Amino acid sequence: MAKMTIKDKLALLSDAAKYDASCASSGTSTRGSRDGKGLGSTTGSGICHAYAPDGRCISLLKILMTNYCVYDCAYCVNRVSSNVPRARFTVEEVVWLTTEFYRRNYIEGLFLSSGIIKSSDYTMEEMVRIAETLRKGGFRGYIHLKTIPDASPELIERAGLVADRLSINIELPTDASVKAYAPEKDPAGIRQAMGKVRLTKEDYSDRTHTGRRRGNFAPAGQSTQMIVGADAADDATILGNSTRLYSSYGLKRVYYSAFSPIPDSSSVLPLVDPPLMREHRLYQADWLLRFYDFSLDEIVTRDAGGMLDLEVDPKLAWALANRDRFPVDVNRAPKEDLLRIPGFGTRIVQRILKARRSGALGLEDIRRMGGRVRAARPFVVTRDHHPGARLDQADLRARFVKPKQMELF
Amino acid sequence: MPRLGTHAAWREAARALATTPPEAVDWGWQDRGASMFDAPLPVSSAALSVPKGFDALSRTLMAERTGEGFAVSHALLHRLQAERGLMSRRADPLVARAERVAKDVRRDIHKMHAFLRFKEVPGDGRRRRFAAWFEPSHRIEETTADFFVNRFGDMDWVIVTPEVTLRHLGGTLEMQAVASGRPDESDPLEQLWTTYYSNIFNPARLKLNAMRAEMPKKYWKNMPETAAIPGLVAEARKRVEAMQAAPMRAPRTAAPRQIAPIADDLPGLAVRLQACTACPIHCGATQAVMGEGRPQAPVMIVGEQPGDREDLVGRPFVGPAGQLFDQVAARAGLDRSACYVTNAVKHFKYIQRGKTRLHQRPDAAEIRACRSWLMQEIALVRPRLLVAMGGTAAEALTGRGTGVLARRGTLEETPFGLPVWITIHPSALLRMPDATARADARRQFESDLAAIPDMLKKQAE
Repeated sequence: MAKMTIKDKLALLSDAAKYDASCASSGTSTRGSRDGKGLGSTTGSGICHAYAPDGRCISLLKILMTNYCVYDCAYCVNRVSSNVPRARFTVEEVVWLTTEFYRRNYIEGLFLSSGIIKSSDYTMEEMVRIAETLRKGGFRGYIHLKTIPDASPELIERAGLVADRLSINIELPTDASVKAYAPEKDPAGIRQAMGKVRLTKEDYSDRTHTGRRRGNFAPAGQSTQMIVGADAADDATILGNSTRLYSSYGLKRVYYSAFSPIPDSSSVLPLVDPPLMREHRLYQADWLLRFYDFSLDEIVTRDAGGMLDLEVDPKLAWALANRDRFPVDVNRAPKEDLLRIPGFGTRIVQRILKARRSGALGLEDIRRMGGRVRAARPFVVTRDHHPGARLDQADLRARFVKPKQMELF
Repeated sequence: MPRLGTHAAWREAARALATTPPEAVDWGWQDRGASMFDAPLPVSSAALSVPKGFDALSRTLMAERTGEGFAVSHALLHRLQAERGLMSRRADPLVARAERVAKDVRRDIHKMHAFLRFKEVPGDGRRRRFAAWFEPSHRIEETTADFFVNRFGDMDWVIVTPEVTLRHLGGTLEMQAVASGRPDESDPLEQLWTTYYSNIFNPARLKLNAMRAEMPKKYWKNMPETAAIPGLVAEARKRVEAMQAAPMRAPRTAAPRQIAPIADDLPGLAVRLQACTACPIHCGATQAVMGEGRPQAPVMIVGEQPGDREDLVGRPFVGPAGQLFDQVAARAGLDRSACYVTNAVKHFKYIQRGKTRLHQRPDAAEIRACRSWLMQEIALVRPRLLVAMGGTAAEALTGRGTGVLARRGTLEETPFGLPVWITIHPSALLRMPDATARADARRQFESDLAAIPDMLKKQAE
């Protein structure tokens, strides 16, 4: 076989990496290269350097080290029984691509994942070597490493000391699905690995008696990904699993990835179009759980079939189902109640709390502050507005549901 | 106002004009033919103070292309002299207008950080050299320069816009306001980058509006990868249909996971314990936590259940309560390494409160479900004395878990006749808010533990 060019490898190994949803480059410690001795900076908030026609942001060079894999996970294009052509980057190739792309301002850094070759430790060690080589060469951009669950703790520790973020994919929402579709993966082992990352991070952030920290271990924390729509798990199960992951392992993010057809697919999985709206609603619900103080059973219940409403967003769905909690007086209500008004985000609520100290607010004031007045109108009382009987109207929901439109492509 | 050094010049002028009504001032850009000043500036009034946030906001507003930013900043400054709290009133039409203009400028700054593309050009041999062409909507070159200085510190670069040239040579930044046209350069890396762009895109999830909303077309002509977009979109549906039409392959039948053989020793028990699903607690826990210690220890200390840290580490008595136990036991002369420590319930039971897990007491059914594991541990370790710390442990060992405070410091028995010494759980000490009560309880706990070596000695006689 002719030797593959780096372009051929890049095509294969980025194609194989596109099913990973995360592209975040935010939340890490602040660094720069103003001193002229290195390359790169991080500011705490990420930068999306391009957008693909699938609407996803491109922030990092997201590639696999190799797409050879000894595992046979049904949902994965790289599983051992798949027919796709295989390739493998050398350490030097990944380092070169990352820094050259970075110098041209194409990317914020590297997101490196890999199929499992030889052994977990061998694979992890090669990935860590790539990140370490980048750092030794003065690279100060963002590095996200996908860790291998059963790699040794020493390797995880080395990974966390050079990477900004570590992640391990939980893949499927229930242990039963993991066992059915990813026979070589061990859900308990994945959780234990997440636990180890949390503990190591805590150990590193503990101050010593001199008040210094031991080191900067994965400053942007850890994240994970769940595939949605490949198995029969409902939204209640998925979100229940996420809240548990957030509280148990201190995860920064859980990503939801709508399962989409893959080349050379396995016969045990559906080949429908990816449930993109469901994915979107899960992200919205996840947000309500983390930043809006909603509890899981307020957003989705098994009585309601355990699924989120696809037509309206989860906050609006909650408001429509709990009309007795409205209208809320924008000028008097406590923060918790303001956060539950459809159309109000956390920032608008902050602004309202500050601004109302110097006078009662009207609808136009709220619009000027950036609130979505159309969504909020039926649920709020302001200086110049009362929804009156509108809250009791049977067709209130219909006002928010967009008429069905044919897809353009 | 001058094209470069705008903010400093504006500040200088605004200081003098702070009390002049905004309607009386006509701000403009120097390069648009505005004469410097129609009338001489009044002498700068007394030192002005502005609230936090104004400086940053006005700095952003300076870059607004039409000059509206100057006027808005001035109007704000003028009103701030009388209205101290103005900046936090986002509903005020002037503040809202300033924020709207600033938001537009900030977005442009962000897009310049994101969408500017360097191309490599011949350098001086010491440092590599890169050049970029960008067409910002606002006059943001000065504001964005610092970002590029901080990011591309080890290389020489030139950023050219239609109005300004930024030069970073040997680590020093120079800015010049000169008119320029788009240079004609290419970089071989652009092909590789476009390869990446084309392959990281998933044809099964087209969302063109989401792409256009974040990457408006006006930026496309200077971004090499965007040339691939029409082709990617045109092919997307066909590629998905081809995937769906392709014959599907059955997965390899995986070898069943090896199930641990039943072993009559503690390590074997630990392996089997991991698979326990006898009660619902296991669903939320990371792992079952087996006891540990000396295999044939004369004393087995039984706690309640693993806590947050034990659940993550997979070992008993390593959290705050375990550490407290170690301290008290050491003072009481009880050698932990001579004991076997374990819990009545093997999985962590908790409720979620925001981002933390709060310990929750196991109920009777859960204690019963876990009892067989505890009994197997007892059978393998064969201790002469059991120590029940707290109600849950007492219930698991004696069948009765109520009123532990009254029962502490007494000896009871398991149904099969093994002595059970009752004491409180160290986590109860951690939870006591009252310092005196806590100190009392700690003394009692210590004396309970101190009694253990004597009891063993007596038993041996």
